[in-house]
Amino acid sequence: MSGPLLAGVGALTGALPTSVPASLTELGETSTGETVLFWVVAPLMVLAALGLLFARRAIHAAMCVVFVMISLAVLYIAQDAPFLGIVQIVVYTGAVMMLFLFVLMLVGVDASDSLTETIRGQRWIGLIFGVGLGALLVGVVTRATYAVPVGLLEANAVSNPVGIARLVFSDFLFAFEVVGVLLVTAALGALVLTHRQRLSRRVGQRERADARVAAGGSLTPLPAPGVYARTNAMDVPALDPQGRPIETSISRVLRVRGQERGVADVAVQLGPGEHGGGQVDRPTPEAGDPGETAGPTTPITTGRGPEVVP
Amino acid sequence: MTLTHYLVLACVLFAIGATTVLLRRNAIIVFMGVELMLNATNLVLVTFARMHGDLSGQVMAFFVMVVAAAEVVVGLAIIVQIFHTRRSASVDDVNLLKS
Repeated sequence: MSGPLLAGVGALTGALPTSVPASLTELGETSTGETVLFWVVAPLMVLAALGLLFARRAIHAAMCVVFVMISLAVLYIAQDAPFLGIVQIVVYTGAVMMLFLFVLMLVGVDASDSLTETIRGQRWIGLIFGVGLGALLVGVVTRATYAVPVGLLEANAVSNPVGIARLVFSDFLFAFEVVGVLLVTAALGALVLTHRQRLSRRVGQRERADARVAAGGSLTPLPAPGVYARTNAMDVPALDPQGRPIETSISRVLRVRGQERGVADVAVQLGPGEHGGGQVDRPTPEAGDPGETAGPTTPITTGRGPEVVP
Repeated sequence: MTLTHYLVLACVLFAIGATTVLLRRNAIIVFMGVELMLNATNLVLVTFARMHGDLSGQVMAFFVMVVAAAEVVVGLAIIVQIFHTRRSASVDDVNLLKS
């Protein structure tokens, strides 16, 4: 049943350029183009990997790893594995590294390493171990004798994704299903791990309002600062009905910076006998106490001039 | 150039990843070192698949990718949880189980 289906997929993908045409020579040498590609990409990859090892900031290390993974995808495609190349970009740079970047943002971009050693000499032991491991692996790989490379032209005859699909859904079917179970388990595990139980009741709008009333203080918004015709100033306090400045009406930032001004600073200085703004010279009675209703006799000091003394 | 060059490159990347795991303290960077090692292994698998003319190596690399994705999800969830409780992403601070 799967035969016609796969053949259909093959006919569909066969029309696309699925792999680099040139592959291997008779002696197993790669083509010139691939050689050039390798010698351009490989040193950059090693440099970027060293960047992961030595970068101080985690975000730089993440960028280096992204570069290594994209270069690996390029090498996969050059090695007749276009399916894996695409999957590498989608899964690694698209999903895994984005997850890393999200967690870096969550933890804090400046989460750099402490450089103090907790185990004495750990740095040198680790470096020697790393260099030794690299030398050992390279030695084994270069000294081993391989048969003449076959190349994937025959295996990729229909196309690379079709060849992989034939294997995955026949020889590796059980492993494929187990991997599916693993993915579901991992998703559930991540959900369980990041789930946080709420230890206290949620504080909503009503609770906040009740708390504010219980704490006393001002329930209304703070008064706006005085904006006067002469200064148009946010830094001059507003005046209460008794003519006294309200300090809280000025923005807290300005108060902290010491940029507020008093009412006296903006008041027009009038000489004796002068009147500001065509005011009628009228005797002003004393101001009443806060809360006392003084009626129309309450003076309103605008800050434009000194109080008119009766 | 023969296919051995790819294997050498993969070995170098693997060694760098292992050194990163050994030397760095930031848990996230340690994790990226593990990812680098997995990627180097994938390069070896792909190269051997080409060498033997058998796609099984590529299938294995595919499975490695899937398992690595699952591993990253769980591992990063653990790191986030540790960061929430300890306010630190350093592997040195995770010593709660120390007698």
